[in-house]
Amino acid sequence: MLLLAACGGESDGEAGVTRAPILPQPVEFVADAEGRPPPEALAETQVIHRGNGEEPQTLDPHLAEGVPSSTILRDLFEGLTTTAPDGRVIPGTAEHWDISRDGRVYTFYLDPQARWSNGEPLTAEDFVWSWRRVVDPATGASYSRMLAPVENAEAILAGELEPDALGVSALSETTFQVTLASPTPYFLGLLTHPTTFPVHRPALEAHGSAHVRPGHLVSNGAYMLVDWQVRSRIELARNPHYRQADQVLIERVFYYPFEDENTELNRFRAGDLHWTYQVPNSQFGWLEENMAEALMVAPWFGNYFFTYNLQRPPFQDNLALRQALSLAVDREILTERVTRFGEIPTFQLVPPGLPDYEPVVPEVAEWTQAEREAEARRLYAEAGYSEDEPLEVELRYNSSENHRRLAVAVSAMWKQVLGVRTRLINEEFRVFLQNRAQRRVTEVFRAGWIGDYQDAFTFLELFHSEHGRNDAGYANPTYDRLLEQVSAERIPALRRNLMREAERMLLADQVILPVYIYVSKRLVDPRLQGWQENVMDQHLTRHMYLLRERTDEVVEPVVESGSEAGSP
Amino acid sequence: MLGYSLKRLASAIPTLFFLITVAFFLIRIAPGGPFDSERALPAEIEANLAAKYHLDEPLVVQYARYLWQIARFDLGPSFHYLDWTINDLIAQGAPVSFTLGLLALILALLIGVPIGAWAALRQNRPTDYAVMSTAMIGISVPNFVMAPLLILLFAITLGWLPAGGWAFEPSRMVLPVITLALPMIAYIARITRGSMIEVLHSSFIRTARAKGMPERDVLIHHALKPALLPVISYLGPAAAAILTGSVVVERIFTIPGIGSYFVQGALNRDYTLVMGVVILYGVLIIAFNFLVDLLYAWLDPRIRYDEGSA
Repeated sequence: MLLLAACGGESDGEAGVTRAPILPQPVEFVADAEGRPPPEALAETQVIHRGNGEEPQTLDPHLAEGVPSSTILRDLFEGLTTTAPDGRVIPGTAEHWDISRDGRVYTFYLDPQARWSNGEPLTAEDFVWSWRRVVDPATGASYSRMLAPVENAEAILAGELEPDALGVSALSETTFQVTLASPTPYFLGLLTHPTTFPVHRPALEAHGSAHVRPGHLVSNGAYMLVDWQVRSRIELARNPHYRQADQVLIERVFYYPFEDENTELNRFRAGDLHWTYQVPNSQFGWLEENMAEALMVAPWFGNYFFTYNLQRPPFQDNLALRQALSLAVDREILTERVTRFGEIPTFQLVPPGLPDYEPVVPEVAEWTQAEREAEARRLYAEAGYSEDEPLEVELRYNSSENHRRLAVAVSAMWKQVLGVRTRLINEEFRVFLQNRAQRRVTEVFRAGWIGDYQDAFTFLELFHSEHGRNDAGYANPTYDRLLEQVSAERIPALRRNLMREAERMLLADQVILPVYIYVSKRLVDPRLQGWQENVMDQHLTRHMYLLRERTDEVVEPVVESGSEAGSP
Repeated sequence: MLGYSLKRLASAIPTLFFLITVAFFLIRIAPGGPFDSERALPAEIEANLAAKYHLDEPLVVQYARYLWQIARFDLGPSFHYLDWTINDLIAQGAPVSFTLGLLALILALLIGVPIGAWAALRQNRPTDYAVMSTAMIGISVPNFVMAPLLILLFAITLGWLPAGGWAFEPSRMVLPVITLALPMIAYIARITRGSMIEVLHSSFIRTARAKGMPERDVLIHHALKPALLPVISYLGPAAAAILTGSVVVERIFTIPGIGSYFVQGALNRDYTLVMGVVILYGVLIIAFNFLVDLLYAWLDPRIRYDEGSA
């Protein structure tokens, strides 16, 4: 292990003058075999401050929704599996597991060291009780469908069976068995989602909905809750009972909610934060120029797209028109000039980056924009529209400056290429959601999806005719059948082919107009290490550590021999 | 005075009742519900949630239930912040907003009144013009411009003060209090100046001067007190405006007050949160106006509220 010598600060080129760097610079070090730094490279105080988007709705893992809650919950709790810094699914509370030959029965062997933050051992029964709680409709768990692959979960969610009928059992203190309705290859990935985390039954029974308050919350993750000041901060401390507590370096982590991105940026610039949840879109150029070393932009497992209402004119039974509108949109211009954060222009549904899935890229993606536009004009005419009889269409989006700018640009492209007259309709979020779901007034509308788990199915299932978020009203029995086959298929290669076929069908049917793949964008203090970019954008504090700051030696002015410093 | 006070307090009840009724039905008729989200909920769960929060009952029954609840000082559970009741949220946020508002108000009075009076004494001279021009800037520059400017200068460039966050410690309060107080300093200075000029031209001031009273005594004992009356009457709406208008300041400085609860509550269709804030603001505005009336009577001997007096 070698600690390299600290270097001087940035110099502006004039001899004898040093300038403080914009951001504190970490010491350089050589990591050990496990990728950890030598103790002498670590900052004395291992406390980090993370910006975290909006205030979490709840810290009950079964009721929580949204990225900000999940981020904190992944620090507080741990599921049967968890994620490595690069996003890989790795053993969590379960040390290892067996999967039956038919792919339906998973037997998890819990780590005997697994403990609750009050020191009590974590048992298989804790998981049995917790999972039954999730699928019990009385709980009102918004992500309860995460456990839908488990045997009888669907019937319990529909109120047809009691929660006790769920396909889970405790074979021993530390052996937890799950029976699935059908083989679900992404099941282990699902278990990193907070909805599948265990909740401490005695705490919940003693305190009711207040079981998540500081002093009451008993968790099993690397951290425990110390303080929660609503809309101010949430403070976590290292859990001494965590099964791998000796490997956790960050002692304390503070999460701050921010309603405004500029405010978060100011706090980072003032040195109050080590990690921002996001950065303001309008500041990209400035950040790239001035804070490039802290700016982290990485592909994210999400897709921004527009959707057509397929149950109403003018898009019902009008494939050519949908194709024409899609081809007329220049995605490169949208990402370069409108969103401007390195978003990836796309013609596909499933974002790239999954270890065992190659998304379907339609042929048009290879064409030049001029070719696409020529084809768009042909299809527009084929659909029965012309300059004299142009399409008049409503493009709906929810209130946000970014959505507005994108909608304006898309409508301008339609106008320019095809002569389409677009009416932009801006709606408040809940009104927008309701209109989208009812499908009574919508024509084209904005949509987007961030995958819940690392599998293409999280995107494909949205367009099943009975899915609650199928706002397009896509109802294709062949597509539904394909998805059902995907659910039943246990051979990975065959399953992958079925999913690709489904994606190809969805794109050929022009259900959506894909625009770009999301990117995560944030500022990270260069001293904060141990995390890696990953497509799921999950970054557990327990993998992180804070390096010592480089102590810059002030370069003394060169003194000529024989003269005294300070003399003229 | 006591009779008047009781009457005023009694008249506040129907006002509040009217406010609660209008707010209750207005928020309920907005499209979209508190549990709508990007993820579609299974129907059974949606039905259970509706039952849990009594949203499946007729609106009139919900209204009657809500009135009975608030009669017991229970503002209900939050529909969005699932772990907290509205009483919890207000108990956490109100002291922060009050501290911020009160400090801003005190600062505005401490600076606004003297500079207003000073400008009045130097009417139509360069000092007067300078003070009034500065006041105009204070009024015209909105909070959302002033706050980032102050942060940029004092937090990021000079590093003297924190860029945001809240704790009951002076360094964190300085910038938000100044931001909130600036427009009010300007208003108070302008009101004080105008009123002071008017008083200084009154006959009783001329009489006092003619009797040979020292100028200092004339100003402090005779002129200032009546000149403050318009300032006092401005304080009621000002205090209300400071509390309701702190939304921007709280957002920019990430201060966990109740300022943005109303907006966030409305956006999230968190019915009980919106109602809680409406009731709180209603009570405060009524209380402030009442206090101002009492203060007014104390300052101006010509005003008496007791029956039979003028």
